[in-house]
Amino acid sequence: MNKRSSWALPYFIFMVLFVVLPLLLIVFYSLQDGSGHFTLANIGKFFTDKDALSTFALSIEVAIENTFICILLGYPAAYILADKRLNRSAVTVVLFILPMWINALMRTLATAELFNMAGIALGKGTLLFGMAYDYLPFMIYPIYNVLNKMDKSYSEAAQDLGATPGQVFRKVTLPLSMPGIMSGVMMVFMPTVSTFAISEFLTNNKIKLFGTIIQENINNSMWNYGAALSLVMLLIIGITTFLQGGEAQEEATGGLI
Amino acid sequence: MDWKKLFAKLYIWLLLIVLYAPIAFIVIFSFTEAKSLGNWTGFSTALYQNLFNGSMQNASGLLSAVKNTLLIALVASVVATLLGTIAAIGIFHLHGTKKQTMTFLNNIPMINPDIITGVSLFLLFVFLGISQGYTTVILAHITFCTPYVVLNVMPKLRQMNPNIYEAALDLGATPAQAFRKVLVPALRPGMISGFILSFTMSLDDFVVTFFTRGTIGLDTLSTYIYTDARKGGLTPELKPLMSIIFLIILVVLLVINIRQSKQLEKKA
Repeated sequence: MNKRSSWALPYFIFMVLFVVLPLLLIVFYSLQDGSGHFTLANIGKFFTDKDALSTFALSIEVAIENTFICILLGYPAAYILADKRLNRSAVTVVLFILPMWINALMRTLATAELFNMAGIALGKGTLLFGMAYDYLPFMIYPIYNVLNKMDKSYSEAAQDLGATPGQVFRKVTLPLSMPGIMSGVMMVFMPTVSTFAISEFLTNNKIKLFGTIIQENINNSMWNYGAALSLVMLLIIGITTFLQGGEAQEEATGGLI
Repeated sequence: MDWKKLFAKLYIWLLLIVLYAPIAFIVIFSFTEAKSLGNWTGFSTALYQNLFNGSMQNASGLLSAVKNTLLIALVASVVATLLGTIAAIGIFHLHGTKKQTMTFLNNIPMINPDIITGVSLFLLFVFLGISQGYTTVILAHITFCTPYVVLNVMPKLRQMNPNIYEAALDLGATPAQAFRKVLVPALRPGMISGFILSFTMSLDDFVVTFFTRGTIGLDTLSTYIYTDARKGGLTPELKPLMSIIFLIILVVLLVINIRQSKQLEKKA
């Protein structure tokens, strides 16, 4: 055992205190009533709370739609940016991440205002547009990173062996870029379910997403129910992470700058 | 004419135009006096003047929000960079289950959406009875920034020759000296990108700050904008402020990238 491995210890303690313990506290608080007694009522309340359930369903629906829109718009963009024949300038790539440095709330407010000016009523359509607008860079970047590092000889070999451009893409490029898509999905799907503020601004408070409900409960001192709702989200995160095997993350987000 | 290339260019530019429309909108309407966004009452630099001579409503509120944002981002990203670099060195030298455990722990804050990070830390501070304010916000920001530092330093550790550090120790350097003179220079590019990433994530954070700032009236730019927008009227001076921030970031990023690509050309 190397001595330098002990350098991980401070971080380990930090992580236990600020990551593991807080997550356990979500479970702890969600299984308690206001006076500290064990109860399943908070969890039960979610499954009978029509408002929370329909918001939850809507959030998942919006998140799925948003993720698909981001893949459909983002994949071609990442593909073009990574293709040396189509794009030789690194600056273009920077231009795509630059908006992320501008306060997201401010951008969202401006987007909503643009819709107002164009006379488009705020609702689900504008919500989806604004969400896609906010999250597109998070989809483009991981896909771009994977495509950029991809060994070109695979697609060249496929071409030499007689594959049409469509076949090369379907059978070589797309499967090899799956890790990028996966971590893009990771960076778009869950954050979309849990946003608050952004959905309120983009729909003029007409549409609430799950994040808003959690925030309202926590802010109104209903910590236990808020914790229970957070627990529901944690479970979904656990399931989605498990399904895609959390390893893709490191590959694709490694060099965001 | 190469149609494929033309189409690709067109697509990229179309996306960029859409992405930049709201930002352009803010910049354009920063040059008019109207209170609300999207209301043009003729060209004027009044909002810029208000911003700089502080003759605006609630000037101190906005100013302290900007200060807080920068201070929190600076402290959080410096600490995250140090903690993350040392952690990365440690994790790099771990093996087996211990390494897997640390990698798994490191992944959690990156996978967690902001609201989970925010709510869970809120419950932690409530549970421990810590009153919330600057310290809790900074701790929270360190929590979500450090994993990205680890992630950025790790590849540099893989690239460096593991024997140099041992050599420094053999030649009589103390571990602290070897860290400063051998490890830090080799890991610097990763540390810098980890730092920049941390800084920008901290700057842009709204949700985690919102849950951990407590009730002492601590505002960052994000929470200030949120409260402002909920009240109905956005402080008009935010438009010139955002325009200036945008300009600074644009210049910094372009300079960094042009320098990088020049260095790459030199190497090639």
